Formats: sequence, structure tokens, C-alpha cells
Amino acid sequence: MVTVVLPPHCRRLAGAAGPVPVTLPRGGAGGRVTVGMVLDALEAAYPVLRGLLRDGSGPLRPFIRVFAAGEDLTPAGVAAEVPRSVQEGSEPLRIVGAIAGG
Amino acid sequence: MDEVRLLVGTRKGVFILRGDGAQRRWALDGPAHGGWEAYHVQGDPADPDRLYAALWTAWHGTLIQRSRDGGRTWEPVGNTFAYADGDAVHQGFEGEPQPWRFKRVWHLEPVPAHWGPPGGAGGEAVRGAGGARGSGGAGSGDGGRWFAGVEDAALFRSADGGATWEEVPGLRRHPSTPAWQPGAGGLCLHTILFDPVAPGRLYVAISAAGVFRSEDGGQTWQPANRGLRATYTPEPEPEVGFCVHRIALHPARPQVLFMQKHFGVYRSDDAGRSWQQISGNLPSDFGYPIAVHPEEPDTVYVVPITDDTQHYPPNGELRVWRTRDGGGTWEATGRGLPDRHCYVNVLREAMATVGGDPPGIYVGTTGGQVYGSTDGGETWQALATHLPPVLSVEAQRVR
Repeated sequence: MVTVVLPPHCRRLAGAAGPVPVTLPRGGAGGRVTVGMVLDALEAAYPVLRGLLRDGSGPLRPFIRVFAAGEDLTPAGVAAEVPRSVQEGSEPLRIVGAIAGG
Repeated sequence: MDEVRLLVGTRKGVFILRGDGAQRRWALDGPAHGGWEAYHVQGDPADPDRLYAALWTAWHGTLIQRSRDGGRTWEPVGNTFAYADGDAVHQGFEGEPQPWRFKRVWHLEPVPAHWGPPGGAGGEAVRGAGGARGSGGAGSGDGGRWFAGVEDAALFRSADGGATWEEVPGLRRHPSTPAWQPGAGGLCLHTILFDPVAPGRLYVAISAAGVFRSEDGGQTWQPANRGLRATYTPEPEPEVGFCVHRIALHPARPQVLFMQKHFGVYRSDDAGRSWQQISGNLPSDFGYPIAVHPEEPDTVYVVPITDDTQHYPPNGELRVWRTRDGGGTWEATGRGLPDRHCYVNVLREAMATVGGDPPGIYVGTTGGQVYGSTDGGETWQALATHLPPVLSVEAQRVR
């Protein structure tokens, strides 16, 4: 079980008051869990989020950043490995909209 | 009892103004989808309670929301717009080749009933793409047929109420596409106009490519720009390359089209085959929207804006200009509109009309005001004054 902190628009669309729990399918290669796998599970649980965080099943959208355990995972994008502490549920995966707007 | 609904898309969500049939009392609902830029909110004449909203943010891209109850509740539908041909290019601002990339939806238009069923007499090639996106349970297969105009410029269609979208590929097969270049707002297909009589005939307008017409339901297209003057290209009368801001027609006389271009107000009497300038005595021939009175085919409205570097009304005086003779002469209307210190704009999608008793004309401004007139433009009333910048206004009379 992974806990995901969503950006505000997505949280409202998902009907969530706070972080959302996401269950990952078993059997990732070598126990490796990537941002893309978390997004797959997130979109399966909340289909309304499809296309809003990444382009289809491709790269992260511009202005979408992903953080975990104090690390910025964004440079490696959907292929980034999720830290063990997040996989174990002791820390959340944070998806953040870069500051923009007015 | 009649209700007049104004569907107002703004930079920060969707608002609905609900007026009684006489349009004396108005109530404001909203925002729905707070924080999303609502490029367009549109109703379906076949079922006026069915509304669609084209939403966008820089973070999350495009979201299409549908309401089945006149805007009281909403549900997301499909937001995947995949181009049929991934290898084509258009021009960027510097003339450099650019691949086509989907950015956002600018306009949503229901397919009119007289087009008949898919593949029927209208020749329309709408097919059910099948398979819902499954977004929040929003359904496929409820029969709603819609066209969507998008940036980078292309036409999409849905035969399943917006659950899935597929490109109408004929438009971008036109040989002129490598020469299409964006306007300042992007390479956007912003106007979709169905001929209300001739099945299979429709027009689209693209900034800054121009107008295209199809006679076969969208399978093949021809540029419809003859007679337009391009003031910003080396060639004065190219086949494409026109920053058309809006086109409009009256259903009683569909072969007559009116256009507000980047510079120039034009009229066509032959279904877009040729255009003549009718800017006449307007204080400026620059502006964005153009609309025809719902019951008077020769009465047309525009909102002159100073020019393309000063996007506000001449002399800070907001006026809706009206012609009653199809563009021969123009007169300012505006009692009730700001007559000084007004520096707002009225964008291309932000003027609407509604028929009935009384007919109404409405404009929304980038200053967040919505004004309405029920006497043909003689007098105007502020219906909302402190909304976010208004991107679009559509009007419905619901019985």
C-alpha cells in the first residue's frame, strides 16, 4: 500500500479529503516499484485522473513534480524508483503542481 | 415557464446565470470547476440540460466535464485527443516546422439533428469509437454527437457523448497545412459552424489559417478565404494565412456569413466562396466576436477594439456596434455600458444571442462583467460584475 498526496485539483476530482491510499499489484520485477507503477494503480482507482498527471501512459506533464522522502524524483520521470519507505507506507509519494498561475 | 440560461466560461471556472423568461431577474450559480480555465461551455439544443465544458489548466491539461441536469452536477468524460497523423508539421511563430501537439479544446459543438444518423444523409462520418474511458463512470453510448475544435488546430468528433474522441482527418489532409501558422493565441480551431439547412456542409475557422468549408460532412475541405486581405503577410491574398477571429450566420439565410477578422469585418453572400469588407464607418475594424440578431438576419453586432496592440475599446468607451442593413452602415449602441475608463476586451467566444420573447444579446468581458440587452442593443444591463475574466458566453432558452 502506497499513500499518494495529490495536487489540489486532482484531490477534488478524486473526491478525497487528504492523501489517497493506492494498492500496487504484486510482482514488480525484483521488487522494484516505479513512479509509473504508482500512477498506473492511482489511475485504475481514480480513472478521472487519467491524462491529468502524465500524457496518456507516457511522461509526466510539464509542471508536475514528484517527491518522496525528501528527494525530487521528477528528473527520472515515470521510470524513477520509489524509495523503500514509500513502498512500505511510512512516507507518502507527493505529486505537486509547480508554482504557477495568478 | 421559460428560463434563459447564460453559460459563462471564465479563467477560474464555470458560472451559470439563470434569468426568468422575461429576463428581468437573474441569479448567479457557480463557480463549478473552480480554478479551471473554462474555454467554452456549450449546451445541446436537443437536450438543453445537457451541457459540456472544455476545461484546462497548465498543470493538468484538458478536462471535459458533462452535466445532464443543466449544470447542477457534472461528470468527467473523455479527455484523450490523439491526432490521426503523427508525422505532419505546421509552422511555428518563426516559420519553423512544428509537429502537431494537442494543447487544449477551444470549442465544443453539438451535431445538429438534421444531419441524421451517422453515415446518413448528412454524409457525416461520425463513428462510435467504442470503449468508454471509464472516467468516473461517465458513460459511453448515450448517443450525444459532438465536434470539438482544438489547438493545435484540428477537428475531433465524438459519437458517444464525449466518452471517446477521434480526429476528423480530412481537414489536416488539406495540402495547405504545412503553411498554417499560429496567431498570438495559438494555432487554434475556435469556430465550428454547421449549415442549418444543407446536410453535410460545415465551416471551421482557425487562427491564423482562415476559414475552411466542407460539403461532405467533414471528409474533404476547401479554404474559404477569397477576398480577405492579409495585412501581416508578404502576399496580400494568400490561400491561407488569415487570423479569422469569428464567423457567424443566421439560420434563415445560411448562405450569408459574417466575419470579424484580426483586421476587418467581412460578409460573404455565397457560403464563403468570396468575401467583401463591410467595416464601413466602424471606429476600428479590429475586434473578436461577431453575432447575428436571432430574428433579424441583417442585424449584426461587433465590439470594436482599438487595435492589436491596445486590446481595449477606443477611448475607453465600451460599445457594441450594430448594423441593421447587413453591414452597409454601423451605429454604436451602449446605454448602460461603461462610457469612460473602460479597458476590458470582449473575446471571440464571449458574445451570444438567444431567440424568443424577448430576444437577448449578451457580452462577457475580460474584466469579469456580463452585460445583456433585450431591446436589440439599445440598452444594456449588467448581469454580473465581478467574475473572473470571461472567456466564453453561450445562451439557452429553456422551456
